[in-house]
Amino acid sequence: MLACDTRPGMAAPFDGVHFPSMNLTQTILGVEFSNPTVLASGIMGITASSWKLCAKNGAGGITTKSLWLKEHKGHANPTIISTDHWTLNAVGVPDAGPEKAKEEIGSFMKGKPVPLIANIIAESVENFAKTAEAILPLKPDFLEVNISCPNVEDEFGRPFACSAPDAAAVTKAVKAVSGKTPVFIKLSPNVDNIGVIAIACAKAGADGFTAINTVGPGMAIDLKSRMPILANKVGGLSGPGIKPIAVKCIADVYAATEGKLPIIGTGGVYTGEDAIELMLAGASLIGIGTAVGDRNVDVFKKICEEMQLWCTNEGVENVSDLVGAMHQELKKRGLKGVRKVSVS
Amino acid sequence: MPIPLQSRLPKTFRIKAIKQETEMVRTFTFDGSLGAKPGQFVMVWLPGVDEVPMSVAEDDGAVTKITFFAVGGMTEELAKSKVGDLVGLRGPFGTFYEWKPGEHIVLVAGGYGAAPMYFVAKESVEHGCTMEVIVGARGKEHLLYLEELESLPHVSLHVATNDGSVGHKGFNTEVLEKLLEACNSSVGKGGKVSKGGKKNEIDPITSVFACGPEMMLKRVSEITAQYKVPSQLSLERYMKCGYGLCGNCVVDPLGIRLCTEGPVVKNDQCVKIEEFGKYHRDALGKKHEF
Repeated sequence: MLACDTRPGMAAPFDGVHFPSMNLTQTILGVEFSNPTVLASGIMGITASSWKLCAKNGAGGITTKSLWLKEHKGHANPTIISTDHWTLNAVGVPDAGPEKAKEEIGSFMKGKPVPLIANIIAESVENFAKTAEAILPLKPDFLEVNISCPNVEDEFGRPFACSAPDAAAVTKAVKAVSGKTPVFIKLSPNVDNIGVIAIACAKAGADGFTAINTVGPGMAIDLKSRMPILANKVGGLSGPGIKPIAVKCIADVYAATEGKLPIIGTGGVYTGEDAIELMLAGASLIGIGTAVGDRNVDVFKKICEEMQLWCTNEGVENVSDLVGAMHQELKKRGLKGVRKVSVS
Repeated sequence: MPIPLQSRLPKTFRIKAIKQETEMVRTFTFDGSLGAKPGQFVMVWLPGVDEVPMSVAEDDGAVTKITFFAVGGMTEELAKSKVGDLVGLRGPFGTFYEWKPGEHIVLVAGGYGAAPMYFVAKESVEHGCTMEVIVGARGKEHLLYLEELESLPHVSLHVATNDGSVGHKGFNTEVLEKLLEACNSSVGKGGKVSKGGKKNEIDPITSVFACGPEMMLKRVSEITAQYKVPSQLSLERYMKCGYGLCGNCVVDPLGIRLCTEGPVVKNDQCVKIEEFGKYHRDALGKKHEF
């Protein structure tokens, strides 16, 4: 365990303590997750060995790093830097291509411990469909479509997730080839109105959403050399500080789609209580990313134990009862809901 | 628990001194300490170029040193730096060599692995440890840290060169094997092992530490397993974050991260790493055989 397991002001972890079991199981679009925590894309995500280790440490599901149709080089180092408050990354989505994906996913699928979400990326609408076609034979439980990476803008321009028509076009193209495999669109928080994008994707056939990708991009400068630290100069912001943005975006997407489509909520989750907050906003599953570096790889187990403790204390029997409960609470009290989206 | 003394943002230091160790190897000294322990690494950033992991060659609480081989890309650029130039250091990261006071340790150093091994020797002699240090290189002109090691008390120095230009002709691991064999056969007999060394008798060897090329480490792993002596090996893989987040340095099939559960790995774990001595992965995660 890393010595930095706790940060100032963070709830103490519960190492190896077992609580009376309440039900953490989540069944999403027919796929059963033993608990809502999912390894987020881009973290510990390049080999089957990594994914298996995360599953062994309590992850209810795992997401691959973004997979390309062809080999794609990332950025030079420094690619990942952080302080106690934030992490900036501009890894640049490196990937060795479908042959490696086949080998690693194939290895994971032998005695598959938990569901696998394959995250795909491309530089064009057409290649999103082709990448999906290359990956689908590996039988992932869900496809997650990364249209929102903020650190490859120099290479590819503004992410598809920043325009409703672009986001819808990618969704439609992937859905045309995806058959029965559910398609989750990974949304960007860096937009005027995430609800509008979500509705456009939903109309194009999206089965669910992952919200959010990293924020920004941001920049950090070394004072003495006067140089940006990241080789890419800018990078996506993550870590504890982005949780309020994630909560708000999830609430907007949930409200816009009337809670009809499942959301994998991701952004700044470090503790069981963070996870519950995202669920109240509307998330059904919870992506864990940056926290792996701070609370170590058994963060999944720790978060589950913390969720169990909280639910037990609050008399919540099924964690699924929490999904979107903030919206229900507002309604129950006769209060106005979160921002509604009007789509012409 | 407190947040450990570890910086995840590079801090830029001006180079205080440069020592040309050999034609290709330099040691940079920086004013300041990162609190690094022997075996730990730092991410060394050359602004505008790249950032690569390097073992800490010394951190005495006042100055920090790195010793590097200028071979391609960033390290060649880094070698062009002058005193007063800025270099970023991020860390220290990872595990370190662990010993108990009074141990008799064999240090096996290959190439620029001599630098962190010197750091181990310097710190562990202060804990009453005695050492057999085997420094290996291709030839005499590539040997590193001999003078520094010789200046330490309780250190018996052994040298191996592939071309036989000085010391044992062959691999340093052959010297290790001889030492362990001599120790085995001299238990209780006080057998002589080190001609010209500071010690004439060999005490039982309690640990073997190694740092160097992976094929050397593989051999150390095999030999120490055979002689049933615990060993700690410093493994190297391509790294990005340095603190267990990106997964680039994860080894098959254990899934452990060499930046966090390594770089110094105990041999009982090393023998379970199937890729050890076989392949490593690049920045894209693609496998390359050794």
